[in-house]
Amino acid sequence: MLDITEYKGVWTLGEVRDEKISPISYELLAWGRKLANALNVDLASVIMGKDVKNELNKLVHFGADVVYVVEHPKLEHFLPDVHARILEALVKEFRPEIFIASATTYGRTVMPILSAKLKTGLTADCTELNVDTQEKLLLQTRPAIGGNVMATIKTPLHRPQMATVRPKGKKPMKPNMTRTGKIIFKEYSEKMYESKYKWLSFERDKTSDLPIQEADVIIAGGKGIKDGKNFSMLYDLANIFGGSVGASRSAVDMGWIPYSHQVGLSGKTVSPRLYIAAGISGAVQHVAGMSSSETVVAINTDPDAPIFKVADFGIVGNALEILPVLLKKLSESKE
Amino acid sequence: MRIAVLIKQVPATDKVKMDEKTGTMIRSEMESELNPLDMYAVEEAVRIKERLGKKVYITVISMGPSQAVEAIKDAISMGCDDGYLLSDRQFAGADTFATAYTLSAAIRKIRRFELVFTGERATDGETGQVGPSVAAQLDIPVVTYVSCVEKITDDTIRVQRLIEGGHETIEVSLPALLSVVKEINEPRIPNLAGKMKAKSTTVLTLTADQIGVSLDKTGLSGSPTRVVKMFYPKLSRDGRIVKARDVDTVVDELIEFMRKRKLI
Ligand SMILES: Cc1cc2nc3c(=O)[nH]c(=O)nc-3n(C[C@H](O)[C@H](O)[C@H](O)COP(=O)(O)OP(=O)(O)OC[C@H]3O[C@@H](n4cnc5c(N)ncnc54)[C@H](O)[C@@H]3O)c2cc1C
Ligand SMILES: Cc1cc2nc3c(=O)[nH]c(=O)nc-3n(C[C@H](O)[C@H](O)[C@H](O)COP(=O)(O)OP(=O)(O)OC[C@H]3O[C@@H](n4cnc5c(N)ncnc54)[C@H](O)[C@@H]3O)c2cc1C
Repeated sequence: MLDITEYKGVWTLGEVRDEKISPISYELLAWGRKLANALNVDLASVIMGKDVKNELNKLVHFGADVVYVVEHPKLEHFLPDVHARILEALVKEFRPEIFIASATTYGRTVMPILSAKLKTGLTADCTELNVDTQEKLLLQTRPAIGGNVMATIKTPLHRPQMATVRPKGKKPMKPNMTRTGKIIFKEYSEKMYESKYKWLSFERDKTSDLPIQEADVIIAGGKGIKDGKNFSMLYDLANIFGGSVGASRSAVDMGWIPYSHQVGLSGKTVSPRLYIAAGISGAVQHVAGMSSSETVVAINTDPDAPIFKVADFGIVGNALEILPVLLKKLSESKE
Repeated sequence: MRIAVLIKQVPATDKVKMDEKTGTMIRSEMESELNPLDMYAVEEAVRIKERLGKKVYITVISMGPSQAVEAIKDAISMGCDDGYLLSDRQFAGADTFATAYTLSAAIRKIRRFELVFTGERATDGETGQVGPSVAAQLDIPVVTYVSCVEKITDDTIRVQRLIEGGHETIEVSLPALLSVVKEINEPRIPNLAGKMKAKSTTVLTLTADQIGVSLDKTGLSGSPTRVVKMFYPKLSRDGRIVKARDVDTVVDELIEFMRKRKLI
């Protein structure tokens, strides 16, 4: 039987992209801070990369009390076996009670491998984390079945209690430049870096810099946009907001936009601050992917379109007429 | 080459309707189907078989109640060769760790597979954790979010992964587990011959005893997580709906709305 009292502290899994610490890492510290305060324990960030030295203080400024750092040339790319092996070693040495990561493709890959190795529980894509202060347990709340059901889940007898959280679920805290923390460098033998994977290349998506899962604003188009060419309007709008373009499955199936932009049951689940659905009917499979958006605006010619039920602001009208005017007015007010 | 495809039976999504009043979804519990995202896994396995010829043999494996045989037969009708249903009252209530424990034990029991395919996620539980957990428990590498299989040899596979911002190309040694995304292919509609074959194929059922798993590691008793509460969120928002009689005015109203919510 595991002695769970030996496990202390809250850990967050930092992410490195393009050799920089990704903002996701700071978001996670905002999630973790609340839990660490409730439990009165330290908050840590774990970061692995080829060369991440320069930015470590930023993690402290954004809320970490401790930063565990592992640097090695083999950590330049995500080799799942290497990452999981190192995380396993870190967890076994330092024994955190809680370990959270972002529900990115990275988090959703390395965390289930790690939790299986550690024989502990893992909840996926949580939208809320709380602490049951009496039992000192993590309460993990997540949507399932297309946003239809919310479940609160705990891991009573296994440690660490592990969860991934939905990207954009929380904003990073304001950085405090005077905060101080402990930075711990760990080194491992070369054997730990042996891998069954060989990383070969990365081809950047030409249609966007910002993946929809990480966008604050999503301008989404469906079949009602009528033509792939008309999507340029959505890109222009997304640019003004500093957001991304999303799409219904029909729009993807028509070849108007690549699959990486698809929102819904068989695409991505997103939680932006603003979701504008233009020419999208609002089928349950689409809503499954966007119902947790903070604000939803719908534009549709059909007053009975189901998308209006999940909209905070709906316009019954022609998106091809409305969007250009919106674009024009917003760009004018920007100048 | 031996390929296993792991599939799950889920409630049918196209039968889901929204409740007009409560704004929650009504799901008819009776209708189940093969997880739509698992069709891409089945299809990719069948394509590999077609590409490499007869020496490839595809086994479908699912853990679930006896009705899940239907989902296994759907997969066979698309071109898989045989199927196993892991079914035992002891398996009920499994979280992803316990599900993956049972699946990996069954895989070990059945035979050695060079490739294991899963879907990206099941449309009901939606964790996407079963694939990586099975791989970890089998101690084989996993490649997630696979959008293209570029090349297979006897001991390696080269694939693309759809990740944030683009596609990554990676090579991994076999045996390996791949979880695939929708972008990878267009699943076929089973033809008559496929359906006939599915009808005549006997799906073998394996119990906990037959797999040889210890009971305290399966189902609810083998699950580290516990669901403590379930609730049904209201999805409808009772928002303001305006008719665009005059485009200029309505756009001004929208901008005003977004300003108020500090979105611009
Ligand atoms: C509301 C709710 C929330 C839940 N949340 C969690 C949670 O956060 N963490 C957790 O550990 N468990 C959770 N569970 C339990 C979980 O749903 C089950 O363990 C389920 O058996 C597998 O998880 P999944 O549906 O998420 O499958 P996924 O991991 O999404 O499935 C991925 C792929 O694995 C394969 N696969 C999955 N299940 C099977 C199967 N039975 N047989 C064969 N292949 C399969 C399929 O190829 C599938 O495409 C939850 C259950 C409910 C009802
Ligand atoms: C298993 C499964 C998984 C699925 N997964 C997904 C998924 O991940 N994502 C997804 O989106 N769908 C998914 N679907 C498909 C889904 O059921 C719908 O078919 C799809 O969402 C419809 O896309 P749409 O709204 O663009 O098209 P339509 O339903 O055809 O709607 C077009 C809308 O545009 C409106 N319109 C027409 N002209 C204009 C105009 N000029 N201005 C404004 N509005 C206009 C129309 O009134 C209509 O409401 C899935 C389906 C299944 C069965």
